[in-house]
Amino acid sequence: MARITMREAISQALWEEMETDPNVFILGEEVGVWGGTYAVTKGFYDHFGPERVRDTPISEAAIVGAAIGAALTGLRPVAELMTINFAFSAMDHIVNEAAKFHYMFGGQFVLPLVIRTVGGGGRQLGATHSQTPDAVFAHFPGLKVVAPGTPADAKGLLKSAIRSNDPILFIEHATLYQARDEVPEEEYTTPIGKAAVHRPGDDVTIVTYSKMLEISTKAADKLAQEGIQAEIIDLRSLRPLDMEPALNSFKKTNRAVIVEEGWRSYGVGSEVAARLYEEAFDYIDAPIRRVAQKEVPLPYNRTLEQMALPQVEDVIKAVKEVLHG
Amino acid sequence: MEKEAYLDLYYQMVLIRRVEEVASQLYQQGKIGGFLHLYIGQEAVSTGLISARKPQDRVITAYRDHGVAINCGIPAKEVLAELLGKATGVSKGKGGSMHMADVSKNFWGGHAVVGAHLPIASGLALGDLYQGNDTVTICMFGDGASNIGYFHEALNLSKVWNLPVLWVCENNQYGMGTAVERASAVSEIRQKALGYDIPNSRVDGMDLIAVREAALDTIQKIRQGEGPYLVEAVTYRYRGHSMGDPERYRKAEEVKKWEENDPIGIYMRFLIAHKIAVESELDEIEARVETEVEEAVQFAESSPEPAPQALFEHVYVEG
Repeated sequence: MARITMREAISQALWEEMETDPNVFILGEEVGVWGGTYAVTKGFYDHFGPERVRDTPISEAAIVGAAIGAALTGLRPVAELMTINFAFSAMDHIVNEAAKFHYMFGGQFVLPLVIRTVGGGGRQLGATHSQTPDAVFAHFPGLKVVAPGTPADAKGLLKSAIRSNDPILFIEHATLYQARDEVPEEEYTTPIGKAAVHRPGDDVTIVTYSKMLEISTKAADKLAQEGIQAEIIDLRSLRPLDMEPALNSFKKTNRAVIVEEGWRSYGVGSEVAARLYEEAFDYIDAPIRRVAQKEVPLPYNRTLEQMALPQVEDVIKAVKEVLHG
Repeated sequence: MEKEAYLDLYYQMVLIRRVEEVASQLYQQGKIGGFLHLYIGQEAVSTGLISARKPQDRVITAYRDHGVAINCGIPAKEVLAELLGKATGVSKGKGGSMHMADVSKNFWGGHAVVGAHLPIASGLALGDLYQGNDTVTICMFGDGASNIGYFHEALNLSKVWNLPVLWVCENNQYGMGTAVERASAVSEIRQKALGYDIPNSRVDGMDLIAVREAALDTIQKIRQGEGPYLVEAVTYRYRGHSMGDPERYRKAEEVKKWEENDPIGIYMRFLIAHKIAVESELDEIEARVETEVEEAVQFAESSPEPAPQALFEHVYVEG
């Protein structure tokens, strides 16, 4: 095991897949000469050349549209959208085209397509550059949505995504690039559509993913000091959504808190809570709680921004509520 | 071209016309659901254009796609079966009128969001450029599509990357019910290519031979690596935008004027004037089409509905 950052893990996955498969190529804004807005593709342009690391105009619809077309010819494009906020400019191509083609043309069209993008708040970028609209994209059948919370999963999931024949939106978190953790040195992949038990515990189930895995883990550490053992389930993929680990955990703990960075209404927590109520109603000992972003456009001011984002204390408070009513 | 090839193009145009007329009747009988955009009046554009492609060349178009499908070699019976939503339809009954495709015929759809397929066409061409394929992508779209951002992003990208794509604007005078002059800053759509330094031309879209010659010339240039080209084919749709269009936006005389300039009539007179065919040979083709379409309707009507399990098939390739 090597301890590397999320950035390095994602970069390694891309590099290794490009070395293995000449059909894999990258396109997006500033991916080449610049080396990637988040420096994920630093050094790629010099090594793989301009044909395989393609700088694009600022044209999100053209980036995703061209990636779809190239995927239809049998290539494995990895399109990069600088932030998920700009994915709205390519929304039509993501949800109306990529998510529909295989089904709508009777199985004829195959799209081995990955769209890498970056979401999340907490960097004082204001309302248009700080969103976590993951649930919006997870709403559409035909699209797969993956959002890793650890470097090891990021590498394994991205490698699976690049090798997959389905269109996949791969959402990274802007404040996790520096997160460092152990990553296997040997070749491996992580299955898409499989949640995992991130931390075992018997008292309460926390269901979360991406950046909120970090927040939830910090909360679990503090709760452990008080003798409360939280079991953390990392969803890893939002579609397909694998509820099995969460259900198994909930049947053991009978109490659940769902933690997401996006807004509460119509969110990931809403979906997970509904599924727990539907599929494990007999096991419920306390109302399920959701921790989520306050229902406001994210403000610039640092204090206000942090007030709007879910904090460690919010998770602890919710856990105590489900434990003690 | 050999005589047979000339006659085949006549056959294709007549087949499209007849399929569309029959589709219109089936729609009125309630056998076709959703929207139905007929290609009647525009047959020469697609027929001339696609006659100029090589088998490896890709075709992608908008929602007015039945004629294009037929020109790409999809049997009329599969087009009609798709319109009836049957399992034997070209998209297995899951696409409908606006979403026909046949990858084996290099026909890449059938796209119903105006302009959205233009960036995808850039991607098809990028895929071929990347793989060193000797292939041109032919992308057809309406005049209305030239007003949406996708058009501009796609044209810009095609020029920046020197992509092997032929942009073909079928200017049929109306985006739905809005006349070109009321929606576009320039009435000649080809002018928009100038801003992207893309060579362009305008051709009489009612004249099959004119379209074919323009296509042969431009496809060859693109294949030689000269980059994208835009052809504007000036044409007209005789029927409404879709079924049930009250056509308040145009006068009957205008339609009549264009009908006098019918693409099938123009081509028929061309064949006779150049002594390529005599009238009786063309009559035979029309009789053959009549039989083929009758059989195609029978095939479509007697074909099975998709099985219930088809509902959940093909959401994903894996899992």
